[in-house]
Amino acid sequence: MSKDFSILIGGEAGQGSRMAGLIIAKIFNFIGYKIYIYEDYQSLIRGGHNFSQIRAAEKEFQSRKEKIDFLLALDEKTINLHKKDLEKNGLIIFNANKVKSKDYNPPTTLPVKDGAPRMGIEIEKIAKEMGGKPIMANMALIADFAKIIGLDWEILEGVLRREIKKEIDLNLKIGKRAYEISKNLLKIEKISKEPTLLLTGNEATALGAVKAGLKFYFAYPMTPATSIMNFLAKREDLNVKVIQPENEISVINMALGASFAGVRSAVGTSGGGFALMTEGLSLAGQSETPIFIIESQRGGPSTGMPTYNLQGDLLFVLSAGHGDFPRFVIAPGDAEQCLYYSALGLNLAWKYQTPVILLLDKDVSENTFSVDEKILSSIKPENALLWDKGPAFAKASAGKEYKRYKITEDGISPLAFPGSKNVIVKSTSYEHDEYGITIESEEVEKMQEKRLRKYETMSKEVEKLEAIKVYGNKKSDIAIVAWGITKGAAKEVAENLGIKLIQPIIVEPFPKDKMKKALNGVKKLFSVELNTSGQMAKVLNSQGIKVDGKILKYTGRPFFTKEIEEKLKKIL
Amino acid sequence: MNPKNLDTYCQNTWCPGCPNFAILESVKRAISELIEKGIPRENFVFTCGIGCHAKIFDYLNLNSFYGLHGRCLATAQGIKLANPNLKVMAFVGDGDTYNEGISHLIHAAKRNTNITVLVHDNRNFALTVSQFTATSPKGFKGSSTPNGSIEESLNPLELVLSSGATFIARGYAWKIDHLKNLILKAIEHKGFSFLEILQPCITFFDNRQFYEERIYELKSPLSKEEAKIKISEWDYSDGEKSKIPIGVFYKVEKPTFEDLVLKN
Repeated sequence: MSKDFSILIGGEAGQGSRMAGLIIAKIFNFIGYKIYIYEDYQSLIRGGHNFSQIRAAEKEFQSRKEKIDFLLALDEKTINLHKKDLEKNGLIIFNANKVKSKDYNPPTTLPVKDGAPRMGIEIEKIAKEMGGKPIMANMALIADFAKIIGLDWEILEGVLRREIKKEIDLNLKIGKRAYEISKNLLKIEKISKEPTLLLTGNEATALGAVKAGLKFYFAYPMTPATSIMNFLAKREDLNVKVIQPENEISVINMALGASFAGVRSAVGTSGGGFALMTEGLSLAGQSETPIFIIESQRGGPSTGMPTYNLQGDLLFVLSAGHGDFPRFVIAPGDAEQCLYYSALGLNLAWKYQTPVILLLDKDVSENTFSVDEKILSSIKPENALLWDKGPAFAKASAGKEYKRYKITEDGISPLAFPGSKNVIVKSTSYEHDEYGITIESEEVEKMQEKRLRKYETMSKEVEKLEAIKVYGNKKSDIAIVAWGITKGAAKEVAENLGIKLIQPIIVEPFPKDKMKKALNGVKKLFSVELNTSGQMAKVLNSQGIKVDGKILKYTGRPFFTKEIEEKLKKIL
Repeated sequence: MNPKNLDTYCQNTWCPGCPNFAILESVKRAISELIEKGIPRENFVFTCGIGCHAKIFDYLNLNSFYGLHGRCLATAQGIKLANPNLKVMAFVGDGDTYNEGISHLIHAAKRNTNITVLVHDNRNFALTVSQFTATSPKGFKGSSTPNGSIEESLNPLELVLSSGATFIARGYAWKIDHLKNLILKAIEHKGFSFLEILQPCITFFDNRQFYEERIYELKSPLSKEEAKIKISEWDYSDGEKSKIPIGVFYKVEKPTFEDLVLKN
């Protein structure tokens, strides 16, 4: 058996399929497998159809398989929708209290001649008998599955004890009962590797920012960014105050106030909320106030598809806000990158006193990835250029008055904060002189040129950072460009077909030299994106880089590897 | 700029005779008194919106953030959260905070955030050459309503009382000493302090006579029930014979937002 499993667990909203999926993933993680979980759910609280699709493999994959090895069904709809995707030897394991059709009854008929082998178990009955709540039936399904795949009870118990905080004894009782009455059918091999950290992109984004000194998180709930605020609110040990103001306009203006007062803050939202923030974004640019903005894309335009994915906001975040001002735009493609680039982003916001936008998408935000913990040790807060500290002190402050917008060669004016002795800090949305006093004379050129020089300094910095990643066959003269979640499937394609994958991560300022180097020797270039117009291809075009074709998908679901391969073969 | 002086080098561009000069004078006197009482000057910080009122940013030499139209109450709350030692004031206009940013006013009052809001209420959008605002009287003839506005005016004191403000006062720009005392009380109040300042717009809505015939000073303190009656005594309409009370209408102690957020 190849060590690359695909497990799908589904049910109605409220049946706890997501939690069950996470526990199953943690079991595989514990026995050495690398994990990727794709989350698919609808914008409703009860009913409908939600599922988690887990890929557990020896090698790291960040895309889901089209085929399913184990289909775990909390309801009948899950079987009906997904049985077409079962592997030839795939197994259906189902809730016999919900799946009533004759095709699946009596519950334990194995093996069967027609269709996939199927195992039914009365999980709701078990939960009820043991005195549990209906949602605890999913514990019985997990235990049943664990027994089927030959997992020791002790391993399962260990994982459950770590993952379940509420009513663990009752949950274990239900699990144990199901484990006892289930049959073992096969043996999944352990892999001699250490378990890794499992994080969603949103969790990793939050943790990265915390490592870089985040103290306040301001947000208004909006899928798929909401779990960042929920995570930070729950994790009191991280010491980040979560503030939920009345709307996104208040969110960004409050955060700018906190930054002005010298405290690292961030905001998070999706496209619609970011649209409301754009006047504040422009204010951050003009007033040179550090601000870290997390924008997690979902299907648009407008309300679009709240719980599904499109990479349709790239051009928006690049140009949002009225007037010219410098910004960074960074688009990580998995949780490990979220961790690193979130910390980098917050540091860059303070180093350059300008907005930094971390552009995620629904799948990067909410899917779960294996993360190498070592990356955490490389992250720390970097000091901003302060008026009264470090080498800047001698140059900027000694015996002189503080000027918030001091004209400097690199465009960066030392920061001071209200409350500091002998200092008046004036920060402003108007065009201004060095003190911050409003001016409208032709002198305004000087301040605009200062900000332009800051952009040049930022552009130089980008060339020193890991702005672009290259995967696959680095010598191939065929390359694909993919960003965000699309990188996961595209990486598999590049490895399977022996071609090159280029992942732009820092998109603004555009890493011209790095991209030139990545494109060295490439004769055919294709972009792969989850949008209707090929937004990254347009960005490349604006840099004089023409793609030979675009592979686009806009169903709201991320690419399967095979989809890209087939489309690529047609246009090659 | 001399960090000991409250003035800046910026040339003042308010209309000659504008009551904004009087408000600025009251603010400077109040701040000077508080500095003498021992509050370090560097601990004062203010935000302002956009409009005639907001030019105070350029004329008052204190830490300050010149924010966006309607949004500076949010900015002020962010400052206070980040550094609760600061004395945070927000200078706003009527169009600024009763039109564009009214949601922030309601929620700031609801939270009892420990900031002081000073509204320069000239009852029109003056800097854009006179259009009606939420507190313009019905029938206000502005550049967008040549036949008179058709909307009833809003009583902002009723709004902030029902939103949860813990200090509510009204002053008159030309009663400089009275206004200075209200500013002192508002800044010294722990919680959301709201000070509505009636400011005749001598260019577009010169209601000096209207105010001066009607204004009288309240005898504080009042109970919440009495405050409601006094607040409703004048409904911001024109022509009526109703009196206009000024002074402190309401004051109550409640835990502040920052105390609750930062208690751990």
